[in-house]
Amino acid sequence: MAVLLIGEVTNGELNLDATGKALTAAKQLGEVTVLCAGASATAAGEAASKLDGVSKVLVAEDPTLGHRLAEPTAALVAGIAGDYSHILAPSTTDAKNVMPRIAALLDVMILSDVTAVIDADTFERPIYAGNAIQTIKSTDATKVMTIRTSTFELTGEGGSAPVESIGAAADPGLSEWVEDKVAESDRPELTSAGVVVSGGRGVGSEEDFAMIEKLADKLGAAVGASRAAVDSGYAPNDWQVGQTGKVVAPNLYVAVGISGAIQHLAGMKDSKIIVAINKDEEAPIFQVADYGLVADLFTAVPELIDKI
Amino acid sequence: MKVLVPVKRVIDYNVKVRVKADGTGVDLANVKMSMNPFDEIAVEQAIRLKEAGTADEVVAVSIGVKQSQETLRTALAMGADRAILIVAADDVHTDIEPLAVAKLLKAVIDEEQPGLVLAGKQAIDNDMNATGQMLSALLGWSQATFASEVAIDGDHATVTREVDGGLQTIKVKMPAIVTVDLRLNEPRYASLPNIMKAKKKPLDEKTPADYGVNVAARLEIVKTSEPEARKAGEMVTSVDDLVSKLKEAGAV
Ligand SMILES: Cc1cc2nc3c(=O)[nH]c(=O)nc-3n(C[C@H](O)[C@H](O)[C@H](O)COP(=O)(O)OP(=O)(O)OC[C@H]3O[C@@H](n4cnc5c(N)ncnc54)[C@H](O)[C@@H]3O)c2cc1C
Ligand SMILES: Nc1ncnc2c1ncn2[C@@H]1O[C@H](COP(=O)(O)O)[C@@H](O)[C@H]1O
Repeated sequence: MAVLLIGEVTNGELNLDATGKALTAAKQLGEVTVLCAGASATAAGEAASKLDGVSKVLVAEDPTLGHRLAEPTAALVAGIAGDYSHILAPSTTDAKNVMPRIAALLDVMILSDVTAVIDADTFERPIYAGNAIQTIKSTDATKVMTIRTSTFELTGEGGSAPVESIGAAADPGLSEWVEDKVAESDRPELTSAGVVVSGGRGVGSEEDFAMIEKLADKLGAAVGASRAAVDSGYAPNDWQVGQTGKVVAPNLYVAVGISGAIQHLAGMKDSKIIVAINKDEEAPIFQVADYGLVADLFTAVPELIDKI
Repeated sequence: MKVLVPVKRVIDYNVKVRVKADGTGVDLANVKMSMNPFDEIAVEQAIRLKEAGTADEVVAVSIGVKQSQETLRTALAMGADRAILIVAADDVHTDIEPLAVAKLLKAVIDEEQPGLVLAGKQAIDNDMNATGQMLSALLGWSQATFASEVAIDGDHATVTREVDGGLQTIKVKMPAIVTVDLRLNEPRYASLPNIMKAKKKPLDEKTPADYGVNVAARLEIVKTSEPEARKAGEMVTSVDDLVSKLKEAGAV
């Protein structure tokens, strides 16, 4: 079977982590072609051609494909979809924006956030914030799906696939990019970090959130947050972990001042080791924690920064 | 401008979900149901547009079982003007897929001709995050998903979107489909007088056949199972204890 994987290209660069993990799922389905689309995508295409097990790379480089606007990207993919039985992308916000649009253009359902490939038609995906796992069998001719990267191993380099250029589709001209507000940071990326330290409402203020960041830096970790911490302005939106934020599964997840609502657990309960620091011994977060510490975070976190 | 808001009846976000022992799904009989939280945000935004004079009518639409009437009444009590219920299922356990929902919404939109659709980013039951994007594709309209700010300026809307890297602002042509994220606004509670008033607001009832749409599922549910449980952890007594346990486990 011929599988098309949409590479995660941001400002001309291929996200090797997200793309490499989705590739692991794609390889279970057949021969994989990777599409790299963007205003600049040549370098991304070259990077994709080196991934292990990729048989071909398509590069679509066109100004209309910049910033991954949904309409031109979906039109491009729908135009070449006929050659493939499966069209996959890692579950990033870019892919969640564009993949359902592609599916509708093809008159097929989308399979969102797939966590396991059973066979060519059958997949698993979490529903109800991960409180249930559904096994579903698609009856559609083309399977369009996003892949939850936290559950698939990373495919690394080792290939040398041929690269071919393709043209963009006609731009419907429905939307234009205005600006990106991206926080620059030297910390590891949240969804691929080996260690994540997250703060919740218990942290109490934006100023005190610096303590969470300090602990993260001590551990070489990415910083996460609960929805309450983001809503309260302690942390930016892209740090939100959970059902409607990012899904992470690091080796170590440290939850500080987070109660453990199901919507938060949905984004972190597959972490290998979970540590919870909370002053309330009844907090539900302790039910998923490997190590729970009942303590005031304002004394425990500085002490931890000191001693670790 | 008319604004259309699709609202879904879902399990209340506070309810503990139980997977049925026979693996056929999640138990929804006699559990508290509410409006999908993202849809409350969409309704709120639509009402604010009306209050600001940008919109002149807010129409709420729901697709599902007959009981979705209650969800529509909530939208009306919040301030929507009119509601349309498309009864597409008899059993509360039947979920109509986003593709079918989008086709029905397209049919409603062809009749109603709204200038803007405000939908939720994601339904918290199926966690699909798909309907708005699909609807936009079927209509050939512009789409702006995961909105945390929306400004409408004549024939364009400027929308700030919550994305993986931070925030992205785009400008889309109207008519547009906007899906709303958590930070867009804080939805109001309906007041008692407005709940009473909502009972008299028009609520039309339709079926998929009225629109000639086939709602048969494309995804066959083979089974529904419990996620793997985590094994019980332990409580540590001090930071020192925690540090030594983490070192022992090779975590730091
Ligand atoms: C549609 C929807 C989507 C959602 N999506 C998400 C999501 O993606 N991610 C997410 O996280 N949430 C999400 N939520 C919100 C979720 O339901 C919870 O409200 C949220 O996770 C709570 O955040 P919190 O644990 O930081 O705050 P709280 O529940 O208020 O908990 C704060 C905790 O801090 C502890 N604490 C306070 N002070 C101290 C101290 N000095 N020392 C130690 N501990 C202290 C308290 O004991 C308490 O347990 C969503 C909700 C809805 C309705
Ligand atoms: N059955 C439905 N009735 C009305 N609106 C719906 C329905 N299903 C989905 N929607 C809308 O589409 C949004 C996204 O849902 P989903 O794509 O299922 O995650 C919801 O927040 C609603 O605004």
